[in-house]
Amino acid sequence: MVGLVLVSHSPEIASGTAELVRQMAGEVEVRPVGGDAEGSFGTDPDRIKNAIEEMGSDEVLVFMDLGSAVLSAETVLEMLGEELRERVHLVDAPFVEGAFAAGVTASAGADARECMEAARQARTEPKLH
Amino acid sequence: MSSADSVIEIVRAMAAAMEEHRQELTRLDSEIGDGDHGTNMHRGFQAALERLEGMDTSTPSDVLKAVSMALISKVGGAAGPLYGTAFLRASSALSGKEEPDASDAVEAMEAALAGIKQRGKAEVGDKTMVDALEPAVAAARKEAASSGDVGRVLRAAADAAAEGAESTIPLVARRGRASYLGERAAGHKDPGATSTHLLLDAAARALGA
Repeated sequence: MVGLVLVSHSPEIASGTAELVRQMAGEVEVRPVGGDAEGSFGTDPDRIKNAIEEMGSDEVLVFMDLGSAVLSAETVLEMLGEELRERVHLVDAPFVEGAFAAGVTASAGADARECMEAARQARTEPKLH
Repeated sequence: MSSADSVIEIVRAMAAAMEEHRQELTRLDSEIGDGDHGTNMHRGFQAALERLEGMDTSTPSDVLKAVSMALISKVGGAAGPLYGTAFLRASSALSGKEEPDASDAVEAMEAALAGIKQRGKAEVGDKTMVDALEPAVAAARKEAASSGDVGRVLRAAADAAAEGAESTIPLVARRGRASYLGERAAGHKDPGATSTHLLLDAAARALGA
């Protein structure tokens, strides 16, 4: 099964997005990591690393909101053990829409590649027809 | 840089510089960023000092690695992963070297620059710390070719970094929060390039240069 780690500058955005994904993809493991080490806006590499290491899923997709969340996630990826690193993928997709699409796809039993593709498509999916 | 103790002295000087210039960095960052660079760098280097106090005998590489972990954990923002990666790469470059010489110091700085460029995907002219560090590394390399003194190499790097930081003033930012500001970022000195200069200057001073 594929699981999601959601890294946002805001604790509320991370946990709110996790709730939204769980609502539609109940079985899927989703861990929100929001805010910096001091509890204010920012990102916290230590907690991102812990969240990834604690995931029980075979493969882990990491979603990031703004610039430094990406830098933090990339730095954490470099710090992970090799075996785990191969199972962790940073996803280049919109945070809410991408995590939602990946979560729903994962709940249908899709693999990491299919979930990442669904997340990437969320970027170009028109909202107004 | 004759031993781990010299590197610890350098880190102490860097921490003192971040304390002394905390407000200046924060002021620069409030003009084009989110106004926390001074506070964040100060917090990160205080954490680095705490980590070093708890360490026993170590090598220059170990010291730089401890600083890296503290900065990654405590600085926050983009600067944490960027400086953390820089110190981590410098640590790897000095691995197994008990008494780094001038050319080792240059290699460590080159590794730090490569790490920052890879992590931040920035080049010279993007209004980032790369604008200070890349000319600093070039100057260090040149100085090391004629001098074996680590202090002089760091002084050459620091002076080039000062110029590099000044050169960011007219630039439009292409990375980070300031990149959303377009032309409005021009006319302000980049806080990351400024802290890079201050760190190298502190390092040179710690070695009496």
